[in-house]
Amino acid sequence: MSESYEATVTDPVSAPMTCDSNPVEDWLRMDRMPHIWCPGCGIGTSVNCFTRAIEESSLDRKNIAIVSGIGCTGRVAGYLLLDSFHTTHGRALPFATGLKLASPKTKVVVYSGDGDLFAIGGNHFIHAARRNLDMTVLCVNNFNYGMTGGQVAPTTPEFAIASTTPYGSVERPFNLPYLAQSCGAVYVARWTVYHVKQLQRSIREALEKPGFTFIEMVAPCPTLFVRRNRLGDGLAALESYEENAVIKNGADTRECDLGMGGPIVCGKFVDIDRPSYLSNQVAHLRKVLGDRYVMPDAWQGVVE
Amino acid sequence: MNADPRGVLTGSHFLDGDHAAAEGALAAGANFSAGYPITPSTEVVERLAGRFPFTGGTFIQMEDELAASIAIQGAVWGGSKALTVTSGPGFSLMMEHLGYGIMTETPFVLVDVQRGGPSTGLPTMPAQADMMQARWGSHGDYEIIALAPSSPQECFDLMIRAFNLSEKYRTPVLLMMDECVGHMLERVVIPSPDKIQIEPRRYTKKGPGEQYWPYSLEECNDGDLVPPLTKVGEGHFPHITGLTHDERGYPAMNAKSQAVLLGRLVDKIRKNADDIITIEEDGTDNADVVVVSYGITARVCQPAIAKARAEGRKVGFLRLVTVWPFPEKRIRELAGRVSAFVVPEMNLGQIVREVERCSQGRPKVRGVTHAGGAVHDPEEIYNAIREVMG
Amino acid sequence: MVETKKSVAPKAPKGHVVVNTERCKGCGFCAQFCPTGVLAMSKGFNLKGYHPPIVADAAKCSGCDLCGMYCPDFAIYGVKNGRKPGGGDL
Ligand SMILES: Cc1ncc(C[n+]2csc(CCOP(=O)(O)OP(=O)(O)O)c2C)c(N)n1
Ligand code: SF4
Ligand code: SF4
Ligand code: SF4
Ligand SMILES: [Mg+2]
Repeated sequence: MSESYEATVTDPVSAPMTCDSNPVEDWLRMDRMPHIWCPGCGIGTSVNCFTRAIEESSLDRKNIAIVSGIGCTGRVAGYLLLDSFHTTHGRALPFATGLKLASPKTKVVVYSGDGDLFAIGGNHFIHAARRNLDMTVLCVNNFNYGMTGGQVAPTTPEFAIASTTPYGSVERPFNLPYLAQSCGAVYVARWTVYHVKQLQRSIREALEKPGFTFIEMVAPCPTLFVRRNRLGDGLAALESYEENAVIKNGADTRECDLGMGGPIVCGKFVDIDRPSYLSNQVAHLRKVLGDRYVMPDAWQGVVE
Repeated sequence: MNADPRGVLTGSHFLDGDHAAAEGALAAGANFSAGYPITPSTEVVERLAGRFPFTGGTFIQMEDELAASIAIQGAVWGGSKALTVTSGPGFSLMMEHLGYGIMTETPFVLVDVQRGGPSTGLPTMPAQADMMQARWGSHGDYEIIALAPSSPQECFDLMIRAFNLSEKYRTPVLLMMDECVGHMLERVVIPSPDKIQIEPRRYTKKGPGEQYWPYSLEECNDGDLVPPLTKVGEGHFPHITGLTHDERGYPAMNAKSQAVLLGRLVDKIRKNADDIITIEEDGTDNADVVVVSYGITARVCQPAIAKARAEGRKVGFLRLVTVWPFPEKRIRELAGRVSAFVVPEMNLGQIVREVERCSQGRPKVRGVTHAGGAVHDPEEIYNAIREVMG
Repeated sequence: MVETKKSVAPKAPKGHVVVNTERCKGCGFCAQFCPTGVLAMSKGFNLKGYHPPIVADAAKCSGCDLCGMYCPDFAIYGVKNGRKPGGGDL
């Protein structure tokens, strides 16, 4: 690392320097730091929760692949020291679908923005959830298109200002947990990046659960959405999440709409079991074709 | 390397071009396909969907062509050999991902069974009107490999060649069929696996934990511009992006990195053009006029050429088996000594422009256009030959 | 290996915090959400011109690493004394 490194330790005497480095660094491509994200951007916070969740989980680093689309959040893949794919705008999910079918032993994680996953990629999202192929989708919802300068997104709250809705958006935004549940996701949760501990736990649960699992991670885009709507800075946004969050595990997702300044219902909403695409496929082909069915080599010993 | 016998349906068959193309893919060792139905290409994936469960492969019908054309690339990074198949409107939708494949150097085969366009056009009828889209359809600068079969047998043979080229040059390869070759039924001979040569994927020799850069030429011989691949789960932790990147695969967005990367991407094709290009010639040695054609139209030319030759005219014939990269060198040579080229194609003038470019105003170049929907009447081609011969 | 004594004295801090000042972008998340008020935002600047946090009350640090989880710039983390960052035993 080229930047100057000045470490401050609280009490170097009673606290021996046990800390070789920040635990997140082990999961990052440190040769790509500093990252591009703005001061107070919530994406980095979500990454901390993610790396701590994988660290805590039983997953082997070699068998995790991260797939992002395009956007500020889409850059996550490029910073993680995993098999990582920065695909095209909106298409992380179909890329992930092909990857998972070719290599079922891989835990495929799609990490992308609200615009990427639900505007240009919306069609892929509904079908991926419907198929219930094993994968975890982590969506940073910052209510706008950060990367391109803060345009309106399918998640922008009614009447919020964006660069392409300078007088306020009049469209009704998606309620992402409801959408995900309706399409068949077996695990659906929402947390804000204020809720770091809960988010970490939830990511771990989602990673360890078979099937299509989805977490909405509400996060500030201080440079564009927060500032443009006169909501202060990143810190003010996190404080507002603290204030407005209503934790309601098992909440009816139909009641999880997000509006400007309204309550943010957080929690784990859906956790059900449904046969996944791969196990269904193998069971069915075995039934129909019997011994003549030849399972793909990469599925042997992984899919039952 | 010989073909894996699991996919090879050795024997003599009566197949249409679509089915023959599917068998070609299986013989080449393809074990993944994602598609979205579109006439006249659908039979290819229908056959794959039926055959894969017996050969250890997987087919998935995606929600659209954007999805299909990137799902196959995910599968390639997962270790599969993959293809997708489409026609006109779907080909347009796949263009962004053709560019992604070129930029990330992901080997796969993309089949376009051409039909009349623009837009929905003539879903069930032929055209050869996507030839320039094949060359330039994705944004940005690049070189592409495209092959054009003229018969069901060639749909089989060239599918294998397409896979081999894609692995050798670590790049997407286009198989530009048309509705006629796709739907015509003919004898297709599938050789035994030991008679089928397969270009194996070149993977890095680096072990897990060893530093592997997806675009480094470190493991290449001098002059070889194709870096070896890896796949997920190997402990190499590659980063793959469609952004301009350096040899580590890391985004490097500046004019210099762009020049280095694009330079290598085009050079790996341009400098190997002789290896990639296949053309067939007949009677070009002492020809006055050379008919240049490809795909189904190359066959439609034959009665016209035969008729002109019967009248004592010196008519040569050149068939583009590889359309892209364009066989520039050979056309330039011929341009130095023939009086005219006649270029029949089922579009309003696409490849004829390439012939014109390479002729540099020396011989006459006469296109024989057709808007699509049916093949040419050979008489029109004959008339064009007569016209240029005066 | 150094043997670490647990609770040497009742007042000994349970943990400590490490700040990479030059990586900080001054968002203030760490100081605001540290549950025991260990951190304060400095009035001074780092080389990039941001105000990094300073350790105002070291004795209160539990090493809970919440600051590390909040920090979007991976510039700070807490460790429980006698443990490796991230929680493993030393
Ligand atoms: C096909 C295509 N259309 C448009 C763009 C431009 N673009 C890049 S990122 C982006 C929006 C990203 O928004 P979101 O997914 O919410 O990510 P964020 O930046 O907010 O994290 C757009 C429109 C593109 N790269 N590709
Ligand atoms: S523009 Fe917004 S989303 Fe993008 S890095 Fe800056 S704060 Fe984050
Ligand atoms: S959270 Fe990180 S970036 Fe923000 S002020 Fe604290 S150390 Fe600096
Ligand atoms: S480790 Fe915990 S107690 Fe110590 S400074 Fe960080 S947040 Fe505060
Ligand atoms: Mg966004």
